[in-house]
Amino acid sequence: MLGKLSLSAIPLHDAIIMGAVYGSLVLAVIIIALLTWFRKWSFLWNEWLTSLDHKKIGIMYMILASIMLLRGFSDAMLMRSQQALAAGANPGFLQPPHFDQIFGSHGTIMIVFVLMPFLVGLMNIIIPQQIGARDVAFPLMNSISLGLTIAGAFLVMISLGVGQFTTAGWSGIAPLFEKQFNPSTGVDYWMWAIQISGVGSTLTAINFLVTIIKMRAPGLTFMRLPLFVWTALTTNVLIVLSFPVLTAALFLLTLDRYLGMHFYTNDLGGNMMLWNNLFWMWGHPEVYILILPAFGVFSEVVATFSRKKLFGYKSLVYATVAIMFLSFTVWLHHFFTMGNTPAVNVFFSITTMLIAIPTGVKVYDWLFTMYRGRITFSVPMYWTMGFLTIFVLGGMTGVLLSIPPADFVFHNSVFLIAHFHNMLIPGALFGYFAGIQYWFPKAYGFRLDEKWGKRAFWGWFIGFLLAFIPLYILGFMGMPRRLSHYYNLEWQPLLIVALAGAVMILFGILCLIIQFIVSIKNRKANVDVTGDPWNGRTLEWATSSPPAEYNFAIIPNVHTLDEFWDRKERGIAYQRPEKYHDIRMPKNRPHGVIICALALTFGFAMVWYIWWLAALSIAGIIGTVIISAVTNETEYVIPAHEVQRIEEERFRALAAAQDSGNI
Amino acid sequence: MQNSMESTYPAEWHEADRLEIQMLGFWIYLMSDLVIFAILFATFIVLGQNYAGGPGPKQLFDLPYLFGETMLLLTSSVAYGFGMVAMQQEKKNAVLAGLGAAFLLGAGFVAMEIHEFYGMIMAGHGPSHSGFLSSFFALVGTHGTHVSFGLLWMAVMMIQLLIKGPTVVVRSRLMRLSLFWHFLDIVWVGVFTVVYLWQVL
Repeated sequence: MLGKLSLSAIPLHDAIIMGAVYGSLVLAVIIIALLTWFRKWSFLWNEWLTSLDHKKIGIMYMILASIMLLRGFSDAMLMRSQQALAAGANPGFLQPPHFDQIFGSHGTIMIVFVLMPFLVGLMNIIIPQQIGARDVAFPLMNSISLGLTIAGAFLVMISLGVGQFTTAGWSGIAPLFEKQFNPSTGVDYWMWAIQISGVGSTLTAINFLVTIIKMRAPGLTFMRLPLFVWTALTTNVLIVLSFPVLTAALFLLTLDRYLGMHFYTNDLGGNMMLWNNLFWMWGHPEVYILILPAFGVFSEVVATFSRKKLFGYKSLVYATVAIMFLSFTVWLHHFFTMGNTPAVNVFFSITTMLIAIPTGVKVYDWLFTMYRGRITFSVPMYWTMGFLTIFVLGGMTGVLLSIPPADFVFHNSVFLIAHFHNMLIPGALFGYFAGIQYWFPKAYGFRLDEKWGKRAFWGWFIGFLLAFIPLYILGFMGMPRRLSHYYNLEWQPLLIVALAGAVMILFGILCLIIQFIVSIKNRKANVDVTGDPWNGRTLEWATSSPPAEYNFAIIPNVHTLDEFWDRKERGIAYQRPEKYHDIRMPKNRPHGVIICALALTFGFAMVWYIWWLAALSIAGIIGTVIISAVTNETEYVIPAHEVQRIEEERFRALAAAQDSGNI
Repeated sequence: MQNSMESTYPAEWHEADRLEIQMLGFWIYLMSDLVIFAILFATFIVLGQNYAGGPGPKQLFDLPYLFGETMLLLTSSVAYGFGMVAMQQEKKNAVLAGLGAAFLLGAGFVAMEIHEFYGMIMAGHGPSHSGFLSSFFALVGTHGTHVSFGLLWMAVMMIQLLIKGPTVVVRSRLMRLSLFWHFLDIVWVGVFTVVYLWQVL
């Protein structure tokens, strides 16, 4: 009846895991109790969970990413502490099987459930506003994508307390992840978590591609798109082309593990290297999926805070598109050691080096944008400058790794660990932090505290250097990745420095949390009445903060790049339209929540071999999709006089702000 | 001046815009699905010679049978095409007849495929016996699953057509199903060529 599931699946004997489990459960109980006490369930259901408003869906993505960041960071702290301790006679405090799960869950969570939701969340909040649209192309599908992402994240969290997580790394190690070598639930949790959220990502990409291609305001030609929209566009092209590869690769692994087939096995005609090829055909574009939109954020931030037009807009666009194409031609550099002919390795080595060129173009464009600009050193700018300094270092170590003979030495050493953290932390995470700081007033209507924001930056910046420069050195000293224990005592001092770096990052995270608390407390003082707190350039700053549900009462006509800036220059940014029209917006629909629950049930049932439940939940998902198509009335009308009332209120607030000299 | 800053764009999305948006979305979905098939084809090409001591294509595949199967799927597409022509001419019953014929022919295709798989598994040549068989069942089975979902979709659309009539929404869904159905045809032509013809001849 319950498949493999029994009470013994809960690791009651492991104090560390149970501590985390009890902690999460207590937190969940507190949240449920608070929701019940303040009678907020219907608010949560009506205003958030079933909402199809792209801005609210975006905020929910951001919340998911922030929670998962804490979880992923806890894993990092455990690994750093273990490696600082477990030298020579000291075994450390983590058993090897537990340590192996931690590096797998750290990678999976950080890539799939932190960076991806940050990226999709920012796209959701900002893209429709930047292109002058009222919503995305498929609002219901948007909510379903969110549901699938949350279902995947829940699966990873459940694996903490029921069963275990994969011991074969976040990228999967063939044939170690086969049933024969890994019979427990770990690989299945990992596989289904990524599979389910991956489908959500593909749907998101389809949604945003159509939104950007079809729903731009009139006059907003492609060469007038803000850079963030351009990078989102290329990222979504990459998602649509690469996530299906992952879907197929994981599907074949499913067949291996559940039906005993031979795709990645080391016997009966399977091919282990097939997995590496397929995984990295997704995995490498995935790096650019995460980094390109962050480049977009940096471009917006640099231009706004330098009070200048972006230097080399066209070259930035072409560089973005070049990176998009090149990112599909480099996957093999993840396994130069596979045993290809030199010709194959050389091809992928050269394409890898080529990527440095468009990236370099971008770095110079940002620098030249700042050159002779009137720079305001606000928090988003801190993150951008921090990115520029450390990202270049990561890029150079990347060029080192792209040389096959050098890669033979560094392969699977901690040098590689340092390199890709050096790309993803400044390249992606700093970008999303910059984006959060930059667009927070737009989403919530008040600014974040500058002082604590800067403290958070320094925590992350110094912490990053302390944590990862030692890993570069340790890589030169020959330390392999994924060690739960080592005998070479020369490594220990540097690993202790790395732990100190992780503690610094913890300080940065705490500052971020304090920043949010302080800002919420002082939200009256930091309120953003104009909707344009940074003197911005692009259309999202033309809406109020937070924007009305329909974003734009009148869809703007775009004449130039940096349309909003141009309007402010000409003094026509805040004009009353002659008349308002009725606006149709999507009604709330519960299908996203239902599919989230069913997908989670399906994943859990598959992990534990509860076949009847898996079949039932799949039937439920298909049924939900069919039923969702029956409804005819999916929209409601905001009448023109209501629109007028909302807009008049905004104009009054603007006038008041003008009087008090806030504009 | 003020007027030029305001859009002359329709305040509402017209149905035509909506249709175009949905069509583009569906095309992009088809493209992503095609990537899945591309990977399965590539996997078949990589693993297709790994018989692991078991039987190969020459022992397993019956080309005349498969030709019949192929004809069922292709004529199903033709029938669907006639249904769509009837939709342009606003003939509801002819649309239903076209869809019904397409459904039956498609169901025949799936039945023949299941029969083929069943025969192979019963003869001891199931997917777990070699890399070749695994990649064969994965590719052909994924296509068959797509066809089955297409049939389910077709059944739902016939019911919607009966209950709602040829509304704008129903017609646009029928157009997307049409794309899907022809798409599966094209993939099948690839399967028939790469998996069956190429391996046997």
